[in-house]
Amino acid sequence: MLRLEKLVKTYKTGDQALKAVELTVPEGQVLALIGPSGAGKSTLIRCINRLVEPTSGRVFLGDVELTGLSSGALRRERRRMGMIFQEYALVERLSVMENVLSGRLGYVGFWRSFLRRFPQSDVDEAFRLLDRVGLAHMADKRADELSGGQRQRVGICRALIQNPALLLVDEPTASLDPKTSRQIMRLICELCKERGLAAIINIHDVALAQMFVQRVIGLRFGAVEFDGPPEGLTPDVLTTIYGEEDWEATIEAVDDDEDDIEVAV
Amino acid sequence: MTEASIRIGQPWRKPPFIKRPWLRWTLLLGFAAYLVAAYMTVEVNWSRVYEGLERGKKFVLAFTNPDFTTRSSDIYEGMVESIIMTIASSVVGIAISIPIALGAARNIAPLPVYLICRSIIAVSRALQEIIVAILLVAIFGFGPLAGFLTLSFATIGFLSKLLAEDIESMDKVQAEAIKASGAKWTQWINYGVQPQVMPRLIGLSIYRLDINFRESAILGLVGAGGIGATLNTAFDRYEYDTAAAILLIIIVIVMALEYLSGVIRARVQ
Repeated sequence: MLRLEKLVKTYKTGDQALKAVELTVPEGQVLALIGPSGAGKSTLIRCINRLVEPTSGRVFLGDVELTGLSSGALRRERRRMGMIFQEYALVERLSVMENVLSGRLGYVGFWRSFLRRFPQSDVDEAFRLLDRVGLAHMADKRADELSGGQRQRVGICRALIQNPALLLVDEPTASLDPKTSRQIMRLICELCKERGLAAIINIHDVALAQMFVQRVIGLRFGAVEFDGPPEGLTPDVLTTIYGEEDWEATIEAVDDDEDDIEVAV
Repeated sequence: MTEASIRIGQPWRKPPFIKRPWLRWTLLLGFAAYLVAAYMTVEVNWSRVYEGLERGKKFVLAFTNPDFTTRSSDIYEGMVESIIMTIASSVVGIAISIPIALGAARNIAPLPVYLICRSIIAVSRALQEIIVAILLVAIFGFGPLAGFLTLSFATIGFLSKLLAEDIESMDKVQAEAIKASGAKWTQWINYGVQPQVMPRLIGLSIYRLDINFRESAILGLVGAGGIGATLNTAFDRYEYDTAAAILLIIIVIVMALEYLSGVIRARVQ
């Protein structure tokens, strides 16, 4: 469904963030991208929807080659890729509803969006999604009034209302407490399952990644060092990705106590 | 011996900004010498000051007895003209400033557009209001039209520059998130950029309204209409009591605007 071919990104400073990355993500697969800071995780995700322009290589979403699309065509393809950000990236001075509906901007014309007159089907879907993540009662609150976990839920709704085929998730739990982190990860994975979405999740918490995903990619200095199931992450593998450290504690702490999603109000 | 053990027991001082002592002292003493020399070149004609004190006293005393009535219709007309000039020029100036500010923000405009918009701003800021007013009075003749155009022109330089700087310091990720949804450029500005800079835009607009009103009182002195023209006439006729009345009205209006802007800015945070 998503295919990266020899993807290279060299920044103007000369830093090579990605070195010929090859990756294929089949339909509906949730994949975690792990690696130390500066390994190129964020760059990889941003090269897919071209928020960062790749230096060379090709990206295919289904049959469409994203690299080389004109800006208009790229906008249309971006609608198929929902993005969830570290630090939420909600527009803070807009309401929750405006933030969620901004996921539909690729589908509605300028004047409709300017006057906030979205089609009824979009409004209904926004409320359904907000209800799904337990925030329907917050619809008209301003985004900066919400807690971190709530904001990330709004971020999830904004990505999903695009009706995407693929989710690009950049460190969704980086600024959340451990419990909220688990809830958010579980929510993302459940929603992907419900909708048959593929997802690439950048995450630096290895234990959390192992808990929720089917496949892990380890990135180091812009190159893929590991590609396999979460069980394959042995201390040796983690050492090749991150460098020497005692990994036993990180790996075995993973037993998921079934705290069901409780909605923080 | 380690670094710390050498320094323990020694007093610590912040390292000076200019490290070479001779350079530091030359700059300081040189500046002091220049200041003394500069003040000594200012000549004061004390007998002229003594004569002038009398006139100054009359001027100040006029404030204790301002005359609102004798020229009330002139004052009223001048005031209405000034207010019209202020509002019209602020609205037009702000409307033109917004697109120029977008073009002058390096993070959203391509380089050629950026350079053009920055030059417009530079020209508008380089030409002081009075100079523009003199030129426009020469072109359009005496009256509020010249004043209106002058203030609109000056508003562009002020508002575009400060708004562009606010746009340049906005949170990039919020705007990026809107872009990632497949939004068009106009939608991206409306959803990703505008909400972030709106409080600043409103604050600056009210501040500029305030400035335009005060400027309108000055522009009359060079013939560009408004309350300034009335004020100028009053001075020419040595009617200090009428001038005092006009100045008091200006002060009250400026204070009212100041209060209003405080209230509005607190609201839009």
